[in-house]
Amino acid sequence: MAAPVTRAEVEDFLFREAALLDEWKLEEWLTLLTQDACYHVPPNDHPDGDPKTTLFILADDIVRIRERIKRLMSPECHAEYPHSRTRRLIGNVRITGTDGDLVTVAANFICYRYRRYERIREYVGSYRHVLKREGAGLLIKERRVVIDAHELGSLGSVSFIL
Amino acid sequence: MSRSYIVDDPVKQRFMLDREALVSQSVLADEMARIFSKCWIYVGHASELKTPNDFITRKVAGRPVIFCRDGKGDIHCHFNTCRHRGALVCTEPQGSRRSFRCVYHGWTYRNDGALAGVPGSEAYRGDFDKSTLGLRSPARFEAYRDFWFLNLAADAPPLREYLGRAADYIDLVIDQSPSGRMEIVAGVQEYDVAANWKLMVENSVDDYHLPSTHSTWLNYMANSGVKIEVPKDGMVLPTRGLAVDLGNGHFTTDNINFRGRPVAAWIPIYGEEAKPEMDEIRRELVARLGPDRAKRVADTNRNLVVFPNLVLNDGSAVTVRTFFPDGPGRMKVTAWALGPVEESEAARARRLDAFLTFYGPGGFATPDDVEALELVQQGLANWQDDRWTEMSRGMGREGDQLNSDEHHLRIFWRRWSQMMEAA
Repeated sequence: MAAPVTRAEVEDFLFREAALLDEWKLEEWLTLLTQDACYHVPPNDHPDGDPKTTLFILADDIVRIRERIKRLMSPECHAEYPHSRTRRLIGNVRITGTDGDLVTVAANFICYRYRRYERIREYVGSYRHVLKREGAGLLIKERRVVIDAHELGSLGSVSFIL
Repeated sequence: MSRSYIVDDPVKQRFMLDREALVSQSVLADEMARIFSKCWIYVGHASELKTPNDFITRKVAGRPVIFCRDGKGDIHCHFNTCRHRGALVCTEPQGSRRSFRCVYHGWTYRNDGALAGVPGSEAYRGDFDKSTLGLRSPARFEAYRDFWFLNLAADAPPLREYLGRAADYIDLVIDQSPSGRMEIVAGVQEYDVAANWKLMVENSVDDYHLPSTHSTWLNYMANSGVKIEVPKDGMVLPTRGLAVDLGNGHFTTDNINFRGRPVAAWIPIYGEEAKPEMDEIRRELVARLGPDRAKRVADTNRNLVVFPNLVLNDGSAVTVRTFFPDGPGRMKVTAWALGPVEESEAARARRLDAFLTFYGPGGFATPDDVEALELVQQGLANWQDDRWTEMSRGMGREGDQLNSDEHHLRIFWRRWSQMMEAA
């Protein structure tokens, strides 16, 4: 039996993920996901909603995550071309549950997004992920991004991987 | 407003718009007085208020309102403003309440609007009369098939008359439901776009932009197994579609579907397991509506604009979308998903998933629409030196007007212009 996952291990993993996203290394980011991963951004008014019964901002299975990455890497993805510059800070990392090789984690984030001619957009919220112990490392099985703002409002879109 | 912002020349077959209409603070002030204070403006859907005493607060045409059911179940729209000193009387976004109490001095209103309590009311003498101090309401408040609208003008025509032929296209959306009842699904998308609100009207029906703005969405569809025909005979879209004038400034696209519809055109994204239920949905449509009407419901996409700012997109799913100006260069958009009340869990999940393939701030298409509109607004900074927007596409075309023409955009601008110039 593998040793229990530590917070330091989770932090290292989340920091590495953040670096890949901020550097737009999205193909490499895909390698951090399990083959059945999902990526969800619930609506601001139902942060605990279920995408089967609630209209989300986005709710991708692994097939659509891969399609999203294809789209994001295309110069025809107008909302993200030229790419936004992003910088995310992650803190308050906690392990909130363990179930076999699955670890539920929570973390707070601030993601600054810059585009030319625009004011800074500050996405603030929490990550609620389910990570899976895979060999010596971790993979993301569920990736849920909860935005704190009452409405998306001046944040506009979630057109990049938040 | 004393002058026209459009050049509408049927002889030369040219239509042009003065870009000042998209950037001017004084035009916006005129719009609030001449359009948003005179037209029927969408407030909300009856299904959002499930039980007696439910309420929702929102802003409609810049006005904070309470959209609620009273204890008997009747639906009201009150201005969310205390009659005493003017504070909002309800600060929660939604909930269930029999009454609303102003936090400032404690005046309390029943949810039917009546003033129920005034602390220390013995200090008022003279002709102070509580019965005249209920919450004020818009001059008119009427519904068509659960879609509730307000009108700030007491002399407006009835809503049904105002909607005219647009009601037929609302009916076509509602015909998805065997019981004729649709509901707003939980989860609202509220986002700003840094562009003039009228650009969203144009974008909602402008199918000319699909191949260039949404090529990544078309690729996603193709990658998922949807057959996208190469446009032929001078067309820009895979299938034929029309732009239809519905009178009173309303208009719609009416297109042959190629993209998959939860009602009831299967595409591989829905999964093999969805086929039997979708076949059953189609059988029910044919049995209830007959083959022709069933085909209209299931095999056409329609983006309907109810003048000035309500959009029903019946495409990859059904969206109800409304938007209000927040200054001349910015708008606030609110969008919901609409579905049949009796939909199965699997069908509802499929509908919501299909919605996200295209629509909304995380969809595969809407963010690029937003980008296009924001690029227009940025480009319009040159309006004084590059004054005219070109909108003549399809003008003078014999017979049907295409969805990829600008016929329907011209319908909007002619109506807008008429209202802005009215005495």
